[in-house]
Amino acid sequence: MTKMVVEASHAIALGAKLCRPEVIPMYPITPQTHVVEDLAQMINDGELNAAMIDLESEHSAASAMIGAVAAGSRCFTATSSQGLALMFEMLPIISGMRLPGVMAVANRALSAPINIWNDHSDAVSARDQGWIQLWVESSQEAIDTVIQGFKISEDRNVQMPLMVCFDGFTLSHVFEPVDIPDQKQVDGFLPKFSPVFRLDTENPLTFGPISFPDSFMHFKKQQQEAMLNGLDVIKKANLDFKKAFGRGYGDGLIDLYRMDDAEYAVMGMGTLCGTARVAIDKLRAQGKKVGLVRLRSLRPFPAKEIQEAVKNLNALAVIDRHISLGQEGPLFTDARSAIYCNDISINGYIAGLGGRDITVKLFERVFKDLEEGKQKGAWLF
Amino acid sequence: MAEKKQEFTPGAVITEPGSSRKYKTGDWRVFRPVILQDKCIKCSICWQVCPDAAIRVDEKTGSYSVDYDYCKGCLMCVKQCPVKAIIQEVEVK
Repeated sequence: MTKMVVEASHAIALGAKLCRPEVIPMYPITPQTHVVEDLAQMINDGELNAAMIDLESEHSAASAMIGAVAAGSRCFTATSSQGLALMFEMLPIISGMRLPGVMAVANRALSAPINIWNDHSDAVSARDQGWIQLWVESSQEAIDTVIQGFKISEDRNVQMPLMVCFDGFTLSHVFEPVDIPDQKQVDGFLPKFSPVFRLDTENPLTFGPISFPDSFMHFKKQQQEAMLNGLDVIKKANLDFKKAFGRGYGDGLIDLYRMDDAEYAVMGMGTLCGTARVAIDKLRAQGKKVGLVRLRSLRPFPAKEIQEAVKNLNALAVIDRHISLGQEGPLFTDARSAIYCNDISINGYIAGLGGRDITVKLFERVFKDLEEGKQKGAWLF
Repeated sequence: MAEKKQEFTPGAVITEPGSSRKYKTGDWRVFRPVILQDKCIKCSICWQVCPDAAIRVDEKTGSYSVDYDYCKGCLMCVKQCPVKAIIQEVEVK
């Protein structure tokens, strides 16, 4: 193990390298660029033996991922915002063909107006397409989650692609001290990729055939079962990782902070949770019983774990860094559905769109709303 | 995905080559082309234009016939036959 001060982008590149990817199809986009730049450098310097395919668009990068994984290689890529939007056509194809692999998404707002800063609209908009989504809070968690990600994605009971979602700029370009695991440790944790099916001229198979109305729903049901299997597999990967590397992130699905005796809590994803922790410490010092539920796995959605975590609360506030226009924050929708049978007041807040700061003050306001019994969320400017 | 007894492999991977032969597309047919052997001049135009390669030639006699397992009933052969030796009939199942 080496300790280095790196930005999350470099941590993710190092994490990917440690997983020994064989193919890296990519197209650069702000704020993901450093990830693929660093990987290109590693290949150039002879530190990483992988085929980097520098494509003409994200649509092609995702298409190349289909071929690479179908041929049996471990595949890593990264994108952001409009890039993920351009990949959209391939997202359900990759998951529908049950091709495992890891994509890092440096979360950035979708245009228009054009905006390169962080919010969660890119990946959250893609949440229904059969990709496991793990959302990270720190650079350390970013590198660790890439390594866990391959293990989860390639698990025979899962076999679904996985996104590691990390906040653009707020995390991607922020330098933090990070423990970089040794190659030997990672090799011990992550076995070689052994796909159930792979393209092989000696043993011909057909990938991606047509499925008629009499079979299509069966395949979708299999995918849903695989995603739900992911709940236990994510937990186990987190536990095994903790045993091997001494670090874990909650139970793998949700990460709780000062929730033991909490009466009020906020729930969110990504770096805003770091700010929430500071606000919670401040309010705890004033004697207020407040806590945080950080959602790590948006898909599969850990409804049971959330029910259990919030059961003794008076009220919960959900902070969405994305809005489903014409409805509300999608995380709020999911959370409310999960705790439907709990007798807890729940408010949804929209915050931090297009890189707008989410400050300690905003969390203090949210907790004040909950304490005063306000039944309505708001836009936090 | 051709047979009645279906196996749902992860990702719909087909593990056996050439399985599309088992998918008999003939049941899509609404009209059935019928070759009138006494009018046929064996020019092979129907064999050439069939988009599904569903016209068969008897190597011994040189006579043409329709493979109803795969003929989808597009009637291209009916339209192209220069001597009107192929007629269409409504498919009755």
